[in-house]
Amino acid sequence: MRNRDSLTAYLFIAPQLAGTVAFVLVPLALVVWYSLHEWNVLADTFDFVGTENYRQLAADPKLPSVLGATALFSIGLVVLNLALALLLAVLLDQRLRGTTFFRVVFFSPVVVSLVAWTIVWGFMLQSNGGVNGLLDAVGIQGPNWLRSGGTAMASVIVVQVFKNVGLNMVLFLAALQGVPASLYDAARVDGATAWTTFRRITLPMISPTILLTSIITVVGSLQVFAQIAVLTQGGPGTSTTVLVYYLYQQAFQFHAFGYGSTLSVLLFLIVLVLTVFQWQMRRRWVFHEN
Amino acid sequence: MKIRAITAAVVLLAGLAGCGGQPASHNVTLRMTTWSNNEAHVKLFTEIAASYKQTHPDVTVRFDALPFESYTTTVTTQIAGGNPPDLAWVLENAAPDFVSSGALAPLDGAIENESDLTEAATKLWRQDGKLIAYPFSTSPFGVFVNTDLIKQLPEPWTWESAMAAAARSKGLVVRDFDYKNWDNLATIFQGWGAEAWSADGKTCGFNQPAMVDAMTFIHKSIFTDEAMPGPGTSADFFAGEAAMTVTQISRASLLKDAKFRWTLVPLPAGPKGEYSVIGQGGVGVLKKGKQADAAKDFLTFFTNAGNSAKLAQFFPPPRKSQLTAASLAKANPLLEPEQLQDVVINGIETGVVKPSHTSNAELSQTVRSALDPLWKPDADVPAVLNGVCTAIQPLL
Repeated sequence: MRNRDSLTAYLFIAPQLAGTVAFVLVPLALVVWYSLHEWNVLADTFDFVGTENYRQLAADPKLPSVLGATALFSIGLVVLNLALALLLAVLLDQRLRGTTFFRVVFFSPVVVSLVAWTIVWGFMLQSNGGVNGLLDAVGIQGPNWLRSGGTAMASVIVVQVFKNVGLNMVLFLAALQGVPASLYDAARVDGATAWTTFRRITLPMISPTILLTSIITVVGSLQVFAQIAVLTQGGPGTSTTVLVYYLYQQAFQFHAFGYGSTLSVLLFLIVLVLTVFQWQMRRRWVFHEN
Repeated sequence: MKIRAITAAVVLLAGLAGCGGQPASHNVTLRMTTWSNNEAHVKLFTEIAASYKQTHPDVTVRFDALPFESYTTTVTTQIAGGNPPDLAWVLENAAPDFVSSGALAPLDGAIENESDLTEAATKLWRQDGKLIAYPFSTSPFGVFVNTDLIKQLPEPWTWESAMAAAARSKGLVVRDFDYKNWDNLATIFQGWGAEAWSADGKTCGFNQPAMVDAMTFIHKSIFTDEAMPGPGTSADFFAGEAAMTVTQISRASLLKDAKFRWTLVPLPAGPKGEYSVIGQGGVGVLKKGKQADAAKDFLTFFTNAGNSAKLAQFFPPPRKSQLTAASLAKANPLLEPEQLQDVVINGIETGVVKPSHTSNAELSQTVRSALDPLWKPDADVPAVLNGVCTAIQPLL
């Protein structure tokens, strides 16, 4: 009977499992295998080189700036995205007229095609584009957003934040609405200020959602590609060449599939370590985990 | 027990399905990757394939148009994925990689009357004297001028006078440069006799005096004279937003419904005198393709004198016998015979192909990154160009 039950269970998960094996686990193993090879597609050579690609990785002079750009993008995106999402959620959680309208407005970019969104922003951020046109109208001469080191990275971050902030906002809204009103009533009776209430009640109560959104946003930020490919192609210089874009260049533009695979392994390890770290840290600060 | 029986049945069924295989037949389908989905181009290719089918009823040719921006990347990825095209167009900047790597099958005797091909056109596509790909398009760069904006071309026609005229009007655009595809600037710096790297590809040319002078001129034209749109500013000549544009003659088709009067003239003379620059496209047979012999046979037909003449209406041919103003005029109704003579025929005979090198993508990307600091008003031109050489020398 027990065997029969587990067979049924396996049959139920089989379609999902088959997909995961075929499209996640097998490619993952293959990438590790490829990373031990020098693979020149045009010359049709595929030679085992052991750890040579990993040695090249350790000595790659471009890697520090690539990792720096990746960290800058991730930190900027996570901080700005979560802070803005939480702020919007708190504002739109008030019982005021028109909040539904604003919820729709802030959520709508999430359902817009990423590439279309990015292309339109590309036009807006040109030196004679819409953003500088607006600044010009109030007497400010805007910078050449996508063409100078500092503003290019900031622009890519802000474009991505506006694209996805709605999703985290909705998750935060749901969490805020799940906080029992009795806690706020008790705080009010105790004479707590709005800030104390937010810090002592709201934040702890929604901390599981903060954990969830931070993991999703960190992992998502490490996978940024289309925005970079459309807006800056990694430039100016290499200031916006993040890890995924660099591995795309190595594998698909420079035909170095072996070294590209090595960079993929590095990306996988970074995502894994960060996720495990966040998961371990949850006991410290996530309310329901205590 | 039951489980084992079910598993056995499934495995057996799967095995039987696998035995079905291909129906026994000699039908061959060839796939040629291109970067053009222009309706008129596709119509012509399909007509050529259809007439080939009349003599080879078992061969079907399919044209697979890939996006231009990611063309080489897509073809390489298809090869890596074990699904190479049978025939592929190759861009001039990818030519050294494709020709030298052995990815293409040599076209020994596959091209009819090979001696009819001009030397300038085939130089990039040969290895050890053997033709590896056929340069079906050898398209010189010229300057399209909006004659509503610039009524009288300056005399003498030099870069100095051209930029001065551009500065007085709506500017000059080097099409597709966009502060990224720097190799399009070869259309200007060749006029100074500057080269991105030496002919043997081993020495960087960016810090040579000729290049420093040329780049100083370009920098001044952009930031001081404002004769060229600055970085991050878009201006499309074909929409009437610029007075002049440097581009290949095949872009004339964009002027079919132009709302302004225009003319086509050769590139202005540089300090080193008159010169011309050509962009090329080749077509080759992939060695890894499953039907290389059939593909080669189709390529013989696709490039024979008759089809070459038909292709000439879109792609200037490499055949000497077809490089006459009269024959090109039949195929290019938008251009005058003297324009074709000045820009196309003279251009192909004397033209230098845009810079290309093995590992071109990585090299080109490195140059682009290192040139970025140049595109600022206060840039130190010689210092930036020295930086370019420092960055690319290890790759040469």
